Amino acid sequence: MSEISRADVEHLAKLAHISMTEQELEKMAHELAVIVDSVATVSEAVSGEIPATSHPLPLTNVFREDEVGHVFTAEQSLLNAPDAEAGRFKVPAILDEE
Amino acid sequence: MTDTLTDASPLSFEEALERFDPVLGFEVHVELNTKTKMFSSAPNAFGDEPNTNVNEVCLGLPGTLPVVNGKAVEYAVKLGLALNCEIAERCRFARKQYFYPDTPKNWQTSQYDEPIAFDGYLDIELDDGEVFRVEIERAHMEEDAGKLTHAGTSGRIQGADYSLVDYNRSGIPLVEIVTKPIVGAGARAPELARAYVSAVRDIVKGLDISDAKMERGNVRCDANVSMMPKGTTTFGTRSETKNVNSLRAVEHAVTYEMRRHAGILAAGGTIVQETRHWQEGSRTTSSGRPKSDADDYRYFPEPDLVPIVTTAAWVEELRAQLPEPPADRKRRLLAAWGFSEQEFRDVVAAGLLDEIDETVAAGVSPSVARKWWMGEISRLANARDLEPAALGVEPGTISALNGLITQGRINDKIARQVLEHVIAGEGTPEEIVTVRGLEVVSDDSGALTAAVEKAMAGNPDVVEKIAAGKLKAIGALIGPVMKETRGQADAGKVREIVLAKLGIEG
Repeated sequence: MSEISRADVEHLAKLAHISMTEQELEKMAHELAVIVDSVATVSEAVSGEIPATSHPLPLTNVFREDEVGHVFTAEQSLLNAPDAEAGRFKVPAILDEE
Repeated sequence: MTDTLTDASPLSFEEALERFDPVLGFEVHVELNTKTKMFSSAPNAFGDEPNTNVNEVCLGLPGTLPVVNGKAVEYAVKLGLALNCEIAERCRFARKQYFYPDTPKNWQTSQYDEPIAFDGYLDIELDDGEVFRVEIERAHMEEDAGKLTHAGTSGRIQGADYSLVDYNRSGIPLVEIVTKPIVGAGARAPELARAYVSAVRDIVKGLDISDAKMERGNVRCDANVSMMPKGTTTFGTRSETKNVNSLRAVEHAVTYEMRRHAGILAAGGTIVQETRHWQEGSRTTSSGRPKSDADDYRYFPEPDLVPIVTTAAWVEELRAQLPEPPADRKRRLLAAWGFSEQEFRDVVAAGLLDEIDETVAAGVSPSVARKWWMGEISRLANARDLEPAALGVEPGTISALNGLITQGRINDKIARQVLEHVIAGEGTPEEIVTVRGLEVVSDDSGALTAAVEKAMAGNPDVVEKIAAGKLKAIGALIGPVMKETRGQADAGKVREIVLAKLGIEG
């Protein structure tokens, strides 16, 4: 079975901004290991020659013409915003760079 | 054990170079000037009311799907070719995941291990003509983020009470150009930094794939600097100064970081790998955020987009459309126009290379074209707070004005008036001269002779001087004659008449 440590889960939870209890971290470490093993069975079915797939459909170059379509008004844009000011989304101050 | 030293007084630039060699690296973001965004049909426009150039894709609303702007891919390939890059036959987009309110999806759609262009170079010419090759690692496509305004008591990021977000910029197509480490520039590193960013700006402007205005953030530079002790080859720890958005600032930021790193290293300290913020006022950088766990972006291929495949035929078609490289063009024009180096540099700095080139193509001599664009047109533009090119003066207008002058039908002063009338939309120079009756007074009716006689009668002392051989004194008669003819006299003709009247050989 794959090794997913409690520390790995804690790191991922932090990156994903998900708060987890001690029990959840333990439980998730075990469950993720099972999931990783399941996914790993796929690699048994393919040889190293087959390129990784990121899309189920064998399509390439699905492009759009460079023509302007619909836009929202500022009021529409902000309809779901928890808070707004001066036509902009208002968010908590974040101690980070721009 | 004492704490590790991470701060010390910067060395002087000369001291820094005596002990260390700089290694540079640049990430330049170029905003493309497509009509629409990278992954949605919302307009790519600057200066509109906040959150009005957005749709559901730009706001990252659940269930929305991106669709690639084909034009942006074309522009990215053109830029890759202009940077002498290889173009990927097949490439994909990837999700770069981070939590920050400038990106409502919580990831930026970018390219990771499959950039559309890679392994290129640019030959950068420094002021004295020395050419320095900068290797390009990659140029990849991505989308711009929204714009945050930090509000509150201090107005700075630290100490802000809250932030306001405008997503108009969210999703504007970007190409990020990443250099390989640049070694060996030594004392010329700051100058090279400036020249490199300037060259990239000229290229994207020449390709007409970006508005290329640094002051608007169309071209943005992150500068990486590290220092290694002279005689060694292992790169030191680097700092990354973010968003250095003028050519002058790029030069100063590199200079300052070289001095700062050298100061810390010389004192036995350690460089913290971190982002730095450029402070225009003090011409220094300040500490930003250290590299941390948050830089674990967990890239994976974007499942909502299919791969991009470029055929050799398409790439060659685009290559054939590339304009002459800006550096080659400058060399060619400098030689062809015969300007001094300083005159040419001034023209380049004023951004009037294209205008003068087009005016010369319309049949005007280079020096006359330069005089018009750098002189009267720039003056009129300044007075209106516009770029000279924005006045809408056509090369044909300069050609027509110049023609009227050489035919002796108007003088320089009248020509400048006619130009103002052209800008005001009154018609062509020919029409304006006719309608407003601005043609130089010919002497067919004797009107000019009459005006000269009147001026001579009114200034007997001047006439005496001229008669005594002081021909320069004729100048004192020009003014009164101009006044009499409402500025439409030809100064040369006035001189002829005066001399003829006094029986002096011109």
